[in-house]
Amino acid sequence: MTQDRSEMSEDDDDQQSSPLDLPSTAIASSSTPNKSRNCISSSVTLKSQTFPDHVLENVLENVLQFLDSRCDRNAASLVCKSWWRVEALTRSEVFIGNCYALSPARLTQRFKRVRSLVLKGKPRFADFNLMPPDWGANFAPWVSTMAKAYPWLEKVDLKRMFVTDDDLALLADSFPGFKELILVCCEGFGTSGIAIVTNKCRKLKVLDLIESEVTDDEVDWISCFPEDVTCLESLAFDCVEAPINFKALEGLVARSPFLKKLRLNRFVSLVELHRLLLGAPQLTSLGTGSFSHDEEPRSEQEPDYAAAFRACKSVVCLSGFRELMPEYLPAIFPVCANLTSLNFSYANISPDMFKPIILNCHKLQVFWALDSICDEGLQAVAATCKELRELRIFPFDPREDSEGPVSELGLQAISEGCRKLESILYFCQRMTNAAVIAMSENCPELTVFRLCIMGRHRPDHVTGKPMDEGFGAIVKNCKKLTRLAVSGLLTDQAFRYMGEYGKLVRTLSVAFAGDSDMALRHVLEGCPRLQKLEIRDSPFGDVALRSGMHRYYNMRFVWMSACSLSKGCCKDIARVMPNLVVEVIGSDDDDDNRDYVETLYMYRSLDGPRNDAPKFVTIL
Amino acid sequence: MAYEKVNELNLKDTELCLGLPGRTEEIKEEQEVSCVKSNNKRQFEDTREEEESTPPTKTQIVGWPPVRSSRKNNNSVSYVKVSMDGAPYLRKIDLKTYKNYPELLKALENMFKVTIGEYCEREGYKGSGFVPTYEDKDGDWMLVGDVPWDMFSSSCKRLRIMKGSDAPALDSSL
Repeated sequence: MTQDRSEMSEDDDDQQSSPLDLPSTAIASSSTPNKSRNCISSSVTLKSQTFPDHVLENVLENVLQFLDSRCDRNAASLVCKSWWRVEALTRSEVFIGNCYALSPARLTQRFKRVRSLVLKGKPRFADFNLMPPDWGANFAPWVSTMAKAYPWLEKVDLKRMFVTDDDLALLADSFPGFKELILVCCEGFGTSGIAIVTNKCRKLKVLDLIESEVTDDEVDWISCFPEDVTCLESLAFDCVEAPINFKALEGLVARSPFLKKLRLNRFVSLVELHRLLLGAPQLTSLGTGSFSHDEEPRSEQEPDYAAAFRACKSVVCLSGFRELMPEYLPAIFPVCANLTSLNFSYANISPDMFKPIILNCHKLQVFWALDSICDEGLQAVAATCKELRELRIFPFDPREDSEGPVSELGLQAISEGCRKLESILYFCQRMTNAAVIAMSENCPELTVFRLCIMGRHRPDHVTGKPMDEGFGAIVKNCKKLTRLAVSGLLTDQAFRYMGEYGKLVRTLSVAFAGDSDMALRHVLEGCPRLQKLEIRDSPFGDVALRSGMHRYYNMRFVWMSACSLSKGCCKDIARVMPNLVVEVIGSDDDDDNRDYVETLYMYRSLDGPRNDAPKFVTIL
Repeated sequence: MAYEKVNELNLKDTELCLGLPGRTEEIKEEQEVSCVKSNNKRQFEDTREEEESTPPTKTQIVGWPPVRSSRKNNNSVSYVKVSMDGAPYLRKIDLKTYKNYPELLKALENMFKVTIGEYCEREGYKGSGFVPTYEDKDGDWMLVGDVPWDMFSSSCKRLRIMKGSDAPALDSSL
């Protein structure tokens, strides 16, 4: 796994598979009344403990601080009260997969010495406009609580959270040792908030803005970095849709000797990139910006772009190409042989332009691209990239009925050439069971299989049959599979396979699939590790929903939109399961008396329903 | 939700749902309408307008395919440089915004304030004094218009509008 994979991650992949997230541990321990409630009183009784107990806890503290994995820490905290207490004192990195699973107060009460927080907010389907804006996931209560409790906080990593400029200002003011800010798929802030962070966080090592919506407040945030040598190691702003002060950027890079990762936005031209590269040959990860020019005077000599890339011997991760001029693509030849990660997913490159590049990329492990490279391009990948672990092919034309440049041919080729494949996301217009089955047999290391056949209910285009057998083979043969997204025409049989074989599946994404409630029942009854379930436009109703009640406390969330659920059933479930927050999300002018549930989003929570729900959310 | 008839099996018949028969169409309409209302972001264009008679299954659905809007914005780009002999500045254009040669030529005429005229297979761009040429993926310089549009747009690396008198004899039979 390359270290850059989590930066490129667009979705909800957890690097660690954890059967016990923080909330479930707390729930489990709250069922034996002593543990979670008494943390304050137990620290008071510490003084009156006998000497051997005190020694034991000191020893434990010294040992437990080496425990990094949150999986292990969750397990350790369940051993006994003493271990729970010491684990809480020594946990410095906290992961919260759903910001509404607990309140900020509970976090700061249990864990006293947190240096790093990873916090996730909205469910993934919010990315596709399936949820109205202003739903929630506000960072504000978290930052204000932590400002008082964790003065030594160093790292904040947020995904799908709503973050305001005020939140960023409070962060910059409250944590003098702050080092890393990572905002993935976030919104609510602008360049003015970023400017405050760059100005006040003097120890800043990482500022990564990834796939976030950043408003252009016309603030020159690059110039706000302090004048002296910086600690910067990673600066990613490719998603910022605002021009930047290039001179200031050049100066910043010049006084950032530790800078290894730099991701430019599309307002940095090829000429400017050239100058930056000549000044920063130590870079390991580069986002190239636009990779094109605007108007330019004719008389100027064209810089030698290939020479600049030749000087960057350490670059192993390449992305950007936001407004690619294909004629300049050969400039990257000098770094191709070293690349372990290549992201062409914003570049509309034809197979003819692509093949000469990829044929040099023998070490490639992570590859993202548009389907404009066609099956032919994928065949070239299969022929060359024997170390490939992760592949993502996005649609250039994301409509249901457009021409599909990639198909089962590309998938088959990849399966035959890239045997070490672990993760795939593949958008296409047509597919066959045979190709999917081939992948299941050729790629036993697959942990993530996400196939999006863009036409809804589309069958195998050769046999006319549903795609049941293909997805069935995936769950059956890929024994390490933890994440699955299905598409195409699927009957209940596909779900029967999932329930029977998908024993390690944690995340399941279903759209326009299945025939009846039985499909969902197979999954809820058969997949013991299921954590995240997102379903849209499928014929699953109350019977199916009820069949999963024994599971919902052990899951992070369930999303069901445009299915066949009734409010009555959801109310029943909410009543019987008090630690489950059952949200029904509708549009503003919903008729409250309507029994039909447009969107159900439910999740476990230790602290009851949230108090910031907008009016289109009804918490049952 | 709409279902196709597959192998004579109308899946809709076997669907379990609440409510009275005939209600599912109503539900679907309500879903789409309410999804549309709550959508503050970019909408899909309905590109199927020309096929009035197609069933509702072909209409664009909110959030499908599941591609984030930040990815959709940058789809169009396939920039090539355009130079014209005697003009002080190079320009760039996105070939994908044009569907055929007349559109492209008109855009070039507007951009450089010249008249290029019409393409004629045997004689090229007779009479205008300007000859649009392009460099293809093999590095050869060709006359714009010689090959079918699709072939041109996928292999064109850059454009150069030559002044008629300076243009070398481009043998269009190459």
